[in-house]
Amino acid sequence: MKTTAPRRVIPGFGLTFGLTLTYLGLLVLIPLAGIFLKSAGIGWQDFWAATTSRQVVASYRVSFGISLAAAAANMVFGCLAAWSIVRYRFPGRKFIDALVDLPFALPTAVAGIALTSLYARTGWLGSIFYPLGLETAYSRLGIFIALTFVGLPFVIRTLQPVIADLDIEIEEAAASLGAPRFQTLWRVVFPALLPAMLTGFALAFARALGEYGSVIFISGNMPLRTEITPLVIVKFLEQHQVEHATAVAVFMLVCSFVLLLGVNILQRWSESAGAARA
Amino acid sequence: MKKKKVRSAAFILTSILIACLVSGCGPRERADIELLNISYDPTREFYLEFNRAFAEHWREKTGQSVIIRQSHGGSSRQARYVIDGAPADVVTLALAYDIDAIAREGLIDPDWQRRLPFNSAPYHSTLAFLVRRGNPAGIKDWGDLAREDVSVITPNPKTSGVARWNYLAAWGWAAREFDDDEDLVRDYITRFYRNVPVLDTGARGASTTFMERGIGDVLVNWENELLLALRRRGDDFEIVIPSVSIRAEPTVSLVDRNVDRRGSREAARAYLEFLYSDFAQELAGRHFFRPSDPRFLDKHRDRYPQIEMFTVDEKFGGWEPATEKHFRDGGLFDRIYLAR
Repeated sequence: MKTTAPRRVIPGFGLTFGLTLTYLGLLVLIPLAGIFLKSAGIGWQDFWAATTSRQVVASYRVSFGISLAAAAANMVFGCLAAWSIVRYRFPGRKFIDALVDLPFALPTAVAGIALTSLYARTGWLGSIFYPLGLETAYSRLGIFIALTFVGLPFVIRTLQPVIADLDIEIEEAAASLGAPRFQTLWRVVFPALLPAMLTGFALAFARALGEYGSVIFISGNMPLRTEITPLVIVKFLEQHQVEHATAVAVFMLVCSFVLLLGVNILQRWSESAGAARA
Repeated sequence: MKKKKVRSAAFILTSILIACLVSGCGPRERADIELLNISYDPTREFYLEFNRAFAEHWREKTGQSVIIRQSHGGSSRQARYVIDGAPADVVTLALAYDIDAIAREGLIDPDWQRRLPFNSAPYHSTLAFLVRRGNPAGIKDWGDLAREDVSVITPNPKTSGVARWNYLAAWGWAAREFDDDEDLVRDYITRFYRNVPVLDTGARGASTTFMERGIGDVLVNWENELLLALRRRGDDFEIVIPSVSIRAEPTVSLVDRNVDRRGSREAARAYLEFLYSDFAQELAGRHFFRPSDPRFLDKHRDRYPQIEMFTVDEKFGGWEPATEKHFRDGGLFDRIYLAR
């Protein structure tokens, strides 16, 4: 039989694609373009000055550094949590599964206030951690706690279906071929999960970078030490310096885009490496 | 999986429904005139009561029904909304500078502050200290806030209107104390802010940090905010009035371009003038603002002790130069931290 151009099973490509473009254009592309346009209003020199002043640079370090750390922590613990929820049967499993979504739904300001009252020196958890020398609120550690909180569901929800699809028989085969447990984990399970872990990492990282509401309550907002970049942007806005605010926003957008692109490439690579091995 | 999708769709639909009910997508009240008052945070309760009284007053006078909608938030952000096109008929904000910002965009007559008595500030307030019961840190005046053993809670001047007042009040005190020797004043301000462990973004946040989290020996905040706090938790805290403080004047204005477009100028003007009526002055006094009409201020002397006050115009030549010198990027406030 002669093969013709593959016909799409589901009709309506033109319509759906057009709608997608309109939708994305109105909600994402045009607003983003607006930000670029607005920031262009201050000229190259001011743009550079606004985005590289010492306080702003310090805030990038805080924002990017702690977001990366929080996403990394989430990647590890989120993976464990997803594994437990999918693979094991225990009382309260459904409840815990539902609990995971809470950081999605909770207004971030509420999360920030709750975390601060728990982790401040006078709070339940703070009263345990402070004597140990851990300042869990009004510090970088506090920011880390808040960012871990908001990012956690991204990793778990990304990994759950992948773990559920993982064939237990492959692990059994590895074991029956004499692979010790650790080797099975490292050579069989881990490569299969890595792409999803990276996706979860990227999502949690992106979410953490943009987080404002919960962080400002727990961070203490000290210039150079615990100021996140979104707060710097708000500071410019409050000073009626819209162009400066958008300049910093553009800088941040570009950096995040490059970072996320990197994660994407890494993920492609790990997928194809996994496929090649299999 | 499918069940989950159905469930989340149901969840989204219910959320939208609830949002509609709460925000009033449904049938709306009808009125002859609608006014929008864009205000800042601590005035919520005051205007709730004031609006009801004004609606009654306006009906008696003209026979028209009027609905006043109010919006509250951080003062400079509220100003931003108006600049970006929020259809406010009147603005009642924390500082004249924010209204100036709207005026610069051509929405308000540049001469707005002279249109109403008392610099267009029908009520005013000042800054005072809140300390823990018994004043264990012995805080008496601005000088104590720079002591090495004291921890001070005040929000960030970059994000909070009240924090700018705090900073300027401390500066004003120091300028007098040190005979305008700028080096000494700057040294004082630097030591003051080194005592601040947390820079909240707003006045309420700072109150929470001090009162609920137990951080700091002293909170610098609006007198009205402190009196409100005292009403709730009077057993745990007390107010200390410094020797001198700043006269904080929340100002009000018509938004000329909006009232002309909407044809609401007459009602909006009456609304603002009603703020100076005996009723409103008394009401402001009850809501912890110092009435600008001296007759009503004297009546509430037990609540509002006499205090020497200076204004931003007297000490700093207005908000524009004060902002330029202290709060701009790389200004004196930034340098406190950059110098470390």
